[in-house]
Amino acid sequence: MKKKNKLGKFFTLPVIISLSVLIVIILAVLFAAFLATHDPLALSMSESLQGPSSAHLLGTDKTGRDIFSRLLFGGRTTLLGALGVVIISVIIGIPLGLFSGYFGGKVDMVTMRISDMIVAFPSLLLAFVFVSSFGRGLMNAVVAVGIIYVPMLAKLTRSLVLVEKNKTYVEASRAIGYSHFQIIFFQILPNCISTILVQLTLDIGYAILDLAAMSFLGLGIQPPTPDWGAMLEEGRIYLSTNPLIALAPGITIIITVVAINIFSDGVQSYLDPSHRKLPSVKKIRRLVGVAHE
Amino acid sequence: MEVIRLEILIKVKNLSKYYKAGKKKLNKENDRVEQPYLKAVDDVSLNVYKGEILGIVGESGCGKSTLGRCIMKLIDSTKGSIEIKGDNIVNHHFKQMKPYRKQMQMIFQNPFSSFNPKQTIGKNIGNVAKLYNIPQKAYDEKITQLLEYIGLPLSTLKRHPNELSGGQLQRLAIIRALLLNPEFIMADEPVSALDVSVQAQILNLMLDLRDEYKMTMMFISHELTVVEHICDRVAVMYLGTIVEMGNTNQLFKNALHPYTQTLLSAKPKELPELEVNRIILKGDVPSAMNIPSGCRFHTRCPYTIQNKCNVEVPKFIEIEEGHWAACHLNK
Amino acid sequence: MSNIIAIKNLKLDLITARGVVHAVRDINMNVKHGEIHGVVGESGCGKSMTAKAILRLHDEKKLLYSGSILYEDDKDIFNMTEKELQNLRGKEVAMIFQDPITTLNPLLTIGQQLSEVLTLHLKLSKKEAKKRSIELLESVEIHPGAERYEQYPFEMSGGMLQRVIIAMAIACNPKIIIADEPTTALDVTMQAQVLDLIKELRDKHNMAVMIITHNFGVVAEICDTVSVMYAGKIVETGEVSEIFHNPKHPYTQDLIKSIPKSGSTEKRLVAIPGSPPDLRYNIEGCPYASRCTYATEACEKAEPKLIKLSDTHAYTCIRN
Repeated sequence: MKKKNKLGKFFTLPVIISLSVLIVIILAVLFAAFLATHDPLALSMSESLQGPSSAHLLGTDKTGRDIFSRLLFGGRTTLLGALGVVIISVIIGIPLGLFSGYFGGKVDMVTMRISDMIVAFPSLLLAFVFVSSFGRGLMNAVVAVGIIYVPMLAKLTRSLVLVEKNKTYVEASRAIGYSHFQIIFFQILPNCISTILVQLTLDIGYAILDLAAMSFLGLGIQPPTPDWGAMLEEGRIYLSTNPLIALAPGITIIITVVAINIFSDGVQSYLDPSHRKLPSVKKIRRLVGVAHE
Repeated sequence: MEVIRLEILIKVKNLSKYYKAGKKKLNKENDRVEQPYLKAVDDVSLNVYKGEILGIVGESGCGKSTLGRCIMKLIDSTKGSIEIKGDNIVNHHFKQMKPYRKQMQMIFQNPFSSFNPKQTIGKNIGNVAKLYNIPQKAYDEKITQLLEYIGLPLSTLKRHPNELSGGQLQRLAIIRALLLNPEFIMADEPVSALDVSVQAQILNLMLDLRDEYKMTMMFISHELTVVEHICDRVAVMYLGTIVEMGNTNQLFKNALHPYTQTLLSAKPKELPELEVNRIILKGDVPSAMNIPSGCRFHTRCPYTIQNKCNVEVPKFIEIEEGHWAACHLNK
Repeated sequence: MSNIIAIKNLKLDLITARGVVHAVRDINMNVKHGEIHGVVGESGCGKSMTAKAILRLHDEKKLLYSGSILYEDDKDIFNMTEKELQNLRGKEVAMIFQDPITTLNPLLTIGQQLSEVLTLHLKLSKKEAKKRSIELLESVEIHPGAERYEQYPFEMSGGMLQRVIIAMAIACNPKIIIADEPTTALDVTMQAQVLDLIKELRDKHNMAVMIITHNFGVVAEICDTVSVMYAGKIVETGEVSEIFHNPKHPYTQDLIKSIPKSGSTEKRLVAIPGSPPDLRYNIEGCPYASRCTYATEACEKAEPKLIKLSDTHAYTCIRN
């Protein structure tokens, strides 16, 4: 299905560009150890607050650490953290949505009411409460944000299940003798997965922003570990004098999240046949040889 | 074909399916709080004999699909019993049904949605072997055999449901039902969604199967011409009950219940110049939440007898051999 | 009697994600004033596409067309402006679709929807429209009209809803009604009633009707003339008695043979082997060749000719 078919393909221009950007970022972050020019934790007060130079590609921060290297290593923290958030929401949210949607009744009611309660709070506020109670640090921040993403994913999964549940092939499966478990995971879930995947790619983007916000407020990663959000916080005071300290991580976050969104858009367009880009009518007229004004 | 009374495969007795319809209300007449019900199936009794094709006919809302699903245990019944070869399965749990499922398979109305769209046909059909611990090889051989029988190439197994036509998919649905060697197939409007020429292919296939595999079938349909062609016996349903039942020939030649007569008169013309006397029914089908008193058909029947039909429920009695009807006019 | 609709050399190509589908391949069809014309064929033959093209209901970004559809002998529908088309739709040419439940807006009463047609096209005042609507409801045997006027679609049965839609269609006294499978979604007892109603209205108002169906019973019930379509082409046309008693094209014959008939002792039906051709590809020769019992090699190469048996009966075949 991922093959290029005659009238509608996966690798449209936006998808190619966004995918390339994401690949570059991921590779850069992966090979941070090789690409970094300095040790991201190395302090050097003598070199503090320098602008870009041949020694320091993006300059240094207030403690003389190389921004470029911190950007690369910080990406690991941020991206892995975002992945962690999504994984947690998947592990908890999808099964919850599946069982709620399929079995309905009391299970459904309880799950949905709990979800509603979580959603009723401003999301980050809840995360703050969690982190304040259990302590700061990346792990706790990731878990907190992950839990916040659960209701959305559970509701999405649930509504998809509700649609599939009534389709004949599910009824046919029950008539054949499949167990509930088999039907939920092997019949219904594969039919929901594409929509869920689109949501997940978007969630990675949102998670990056949310974790950055947590770090910005000092509740996530603790210094001196580099992280894009933390770097934003550190560079805030120097915005007028050494803007690069904040701009570098800031722009990187923007580029990453926008690229993710465009890519996810492309995936969705590809999966939804009615959105596929059809060739222009003029082109077809020429092909078919039909003439009508 | 005269049905010789062979063994009874399925025995349905006093089966009812009621759905709760709204909140409990105070009944002003007898001062009691009552729960209103939608009586989709109301006290249905019938026998399915081994080797026959039994037709269930009726219009939308008569309960025939619900009856089929109750028998297949896809929905739980409210009252009554369903005996499969003597075992009453009406209260069996989902898990307890597994050994019976192998014996009873179902074909659905819409061939396009009967298959999991994300799996190939091969997977859709083949996974069933694992479910029942049937050796894959023997199963695959049988699939190949049956594909040939219905005239589809082996390559069909690699395709997805959305690449095939309604007729092809329905034939595959029949294969899927046959692979487990069931004794009984429930067919719910299997040809209603198909074109006429494809319909003919499927009906012929079903007749062949009955002859070759001695299959017992329950054929639910709203199309009388199809039912007349393929069924040995027919039961006519109206508003949740069976109003008439008998051999196809008998029933079609000599319909005893006014509703059956109406249905027969409403059949489409076969030739343009034929004159048809159509029985026109008054009013609409009553709601299943408000079943009329006495004979439930009395509100629309052209032959209603005042103070009899609206008061007394007619008994379902055998008027001639093998031909049953519930109408006060048959005495 | 002249033609109210004259379709000449109509070709319709539909652009889909799976390729260009040549849904209608050069057809000619005429409907006279006051005539009930049936268009019969199985799914995918192009009959619905033809019907929708008459009122240009297709998304023209996805449709390519050539040929002409003449309204009242001289106005080509393809050349009409949007304004002229609006005047035609619902007023002079009305259309009825298959499923009454999805045709009507569930959030408005049927009275509101019926009145809307009248205020829009006939510029009646609200009061006049209501009065006329109730009259219309009663004319399609919906009694009491005043009560039903206030009801919502979900409160009525399928048969009744279809009659409401017929009332909406005849509200402005159209010259022709196009009915796309009007009885397919209805119960058996309702089908005959709705068809009889259509026939009655035609008799009263001398209205033409084009009925699209796959059901020969519908054709036998009310049609005067018939066009049989297969794979985007018209294979046979004729008066209804000619088609039923003397079908000439093998597809027409096979189709009639495959219908279950009552009282027949032969249980096996005559099925047509194979399946219709894929309309994404150009078809050489006769489209029915691969399934026809009389097919010869020549059938797959040469275009079948049009053979006229009488003024009214014609079919395409290379045999004689």
